[in-house]
Amino acid sequence: MNARTEIITQFKQVAQEQDLLLAPLTDELELLNSGLDSLSIAIIVARLEDSLGIDPFTASEDTQFPVTFGDFVNLYEHVAK
Amino acid sequence: MSDLLAGSVLGDRCNELSGSSVLIATADQLFAAAALIELDGVARRMVLCPPDLAAEYLPSIAKSAEADAIVSDRIMNGPGTAGVRSFIHCDGKIVPKGYRSSACCETEWVLLTSGTTGVPKLVVHTLASLTGAIDTAEPRNGGVIWSTFYDIRRYGGLQIFLRAMLTGSSMLLSSAKRSTADFLAQAGTHGVTHISGTPSHWRRALMSSSAHLIALEYVRLSGEIADQGILNHLSQVYPKARIDHAFATTEAGVAFVVNDLTSGFPASVLTRTPGVEMKVENGSLRIRSARTASRYLDEEHGPLKDADGFVDTTDMLDLRNERYHFVGRRDGVINVGGLKVHPEEVEEVINRHPEVRMSLVRTKKNPITGALVVADVVLRSVPKLESQGDRQIQQDILLLCREQLASHKVPATINFVAALAVAESGKLIRRHA
Repeated sequence: MNARTEIITQFKQVAQEQDLLLAPLTDELELLNSGLDSLSIAIIVARLEDSLGIDPFTASEDTQFPVTFGDFVNLYEHVAK
Repeated sequence: MSDLLAGSVLGDRCNELSGSSVLIATADQLFAAAALIELDGVARRMVLCPPDLAAEYLPSIAKSAEADAIVSDRIMNGPGTAGVRSFIHCDGKIVPKGYRSSACCETEWVLLTSGTTGVPKLVVHTLASLTGAIDTAEPRNGGVIWSTFYDIRRYGGLQIFLRAMLTGSSMLLSSAKRSTADFLAQAGTHGVTHISGTPSHWRRALMSSSAHLIALEYVRLSGEIADQGILNHLSQVYPKARIDHAFATTEAGVAFVVNDLTSGFPASVLTRTPGVEMKVENGSLRIRSARTASRYLDEEHGPLKDADGFVDTTDMLDLRNERYHFVGRRDGVINVGGLKVHPEEVEEVINRHPEVRMSLVRTKKNPITGALVVADVVLRSVPKLESQGDRQIQQDILLLCREQLASHKVPATINFVAALAVAESGKLIRRHA
């Protein structure tokens, strides 16, 4: 499964569930400006672990927290390789 | 801070509250701060209502607290404020105090913490127990500017507010309306040097480019387990800052602070913390000190301390290489970004769905909020793998939860399982940690 496609799907799904307005997902978009709160991002990470089978945050204690949506996708693509 | 000490939001109505039990239920943190200062020593009891307190709980809180008055900046016409004889609207102006306050007594400061059924538990402190961990002899360094991601109506935030008050430091208050990025930018502009928050608050902060704009001297974590990842990340972003992780709970007060940038705490902390006695009994951390709360206001919540005066935190510890690590809660309470979730409360909602036979709500580790809530559900009819009908039930259950529960209590995922383990006692077997 393509990580980026799945990530986009989950961002949209969770935003809808949480009744939050999601900003257009570009690589430059800062996650804190995406319209999602911490809880939503936490849920996305949990669902991605189920669907992609990876959690790049817990894979290493030195994982940097992503600032932009592009960073977030990179984190998953990097681990997926 | 000095303006706040000399000011008044209650005006000439303050003395009316002498000897009363008062609910402080303002939306604005600053008004609450001013009211707390003004009423300490005047009111018999002050109940600090956090801004996100559901209006439906206000009547039962007012009843338990035997409230005589409510101070608020909101219009309240909710039901059940029976027994409350006065409503004091504070319009947000802080004016010079034009009266002499009539001191009555040592005021009870009552903090709210979440209970099994959703109704908050009322935890009784005094100014003395709340400030027991604050060293007022610390040199009054004029350069210190405090802030916290917590609301000051919660124990973690109140600690910072009182610390700033007692040490004569400035403090920047956060606001729920302001985004984390805005708050950090503002903290940078105002030269904030010391910030406290939960690991989840900090993870969110580190996701902002504004996090790098602040020259922090002090970072404090509390309210959740600080894992090695967040400690490493904070020390990279704030190389010059002292980074402390503290253990404190609303009931047990501040117990200890660790600053060796390693998760968990050295075993020696248990025996070498001045003013605080600690022990591990049946796996959980127990604390006795002058900083613990005295009791729950509602007796139905049982005693807050055991016969020897120890508070059982129900936080389970595991000793590895002379270091204790927190491994979860005995009562299964899930800590989602510093907010408590009682599994029973969520299960009760899920079990209302007509297709649900039983459910088990448990914790799932999460790198952003520390933990999330997930549910294992047994349906009345055997679920077919990935069938359309079951997906519909999943959505229905989630909808039901979203209607009834705060968002952090709604399960992130719902798994259908064939059966759940039930003990001989007839209770669900909960595996913690």
